[in-house]
Amino acid sequence: MIDVIGLIFITVGLIFDFFGCLGLIRLPDVYNRLQASTKCVTLGTCGILFGTFLIIGFTAAGIKALLCIIFLILTAPVAAHAIARGAHRSGVNLCKDSIIDKYAQDKEGESVNETT
Amino acid sequence: MKSKIILFLVTFLVWCFLSWVPDFQHIIIGIVISAFVVFMMGDLFIGTPQLINQPQRYWYFIVDYVPVFLWECFKANLDVAYRVLHPRLPIKPGIVKAKTKLKTDAGLTFLANSITLTPGTMSVDIDKDNGCLYVHWINVKDADVKGATETIVRRFERILERIFE
Repeated sequence: MIDVIGLIFITVGLIFDFFGCLGLIRLPDVYNRLQASTKCVTLGTCGILFGTFLIIGFTAAGIKALLCIIFLILTAPVAAHAIARGAHRSGVNLCKDSIIDKYAQDKEGESVNETT
Repeated sequence: MKSKIILFLVTFLVWCFLSWVPDFQHIIIGIVISAFVVFMMGDLFIGTPQLINQPQRYWYFIVDYVPVFLWECFKANLDVAYRVLHPRLPIKPGIVKAKTKLKTDAGLTFLANSITLTPGTMSVDIDKDNGCLYVHWINVKDADVKGATETIVRRFERILERIFE
């Protein structure tokens, strides 16, 4: 019984991972791609790890899987945040469908000061 | 001093889980390494040690924050799946600005992480002095500061205020 639940978790995780990769290909620019990959890959990978934990139980590998879930949830958004900020600061523009960019408006004065 | 003891306990616990099942040799090495890490890193991680012995904050964290967070995370994944599978890609992206009342580092970190893992939004930058968040929104419904604050930040801010402030 517990094996079946674990396999269901692994399958759902794989499906969400697949959606994340599909978003990485289909969406137009860095920021939208980061959104898709961060959300789907975080939950998908956590699902796979949790399914693994359910199947093998409190062994050495199972406990490590639980630790990996905590570290993934804590670090994946931080990595996405760092990549998005770095991309914006090095001049990657939003795609042409975008309707507003408050960040560029607020940072304009600052970047002029940096270059002079 | 208090924050160093807490950091020592946390690192030692992580070590025990990493070397499961812990035996005598592992525990001795773990104590040495945790003490070294705490000696080097000191007070970097825990900025407000006076909040740690208030048990109602842990209760709020488990009962209020974790279920809301998991549910929003699941909804975010369904949202991304819908947008990716739709043949015409229904996106309307943009970066909006939102205000926050949180001040502590831990609170801001959790707020930014929660925003990144909730439907359609991803935090790009934090301006800590003015209390502003710049949020990339995949489907902009409300471009001005007030509306974006209501929609994106308010829900988590209310919970995190009771935990970290």
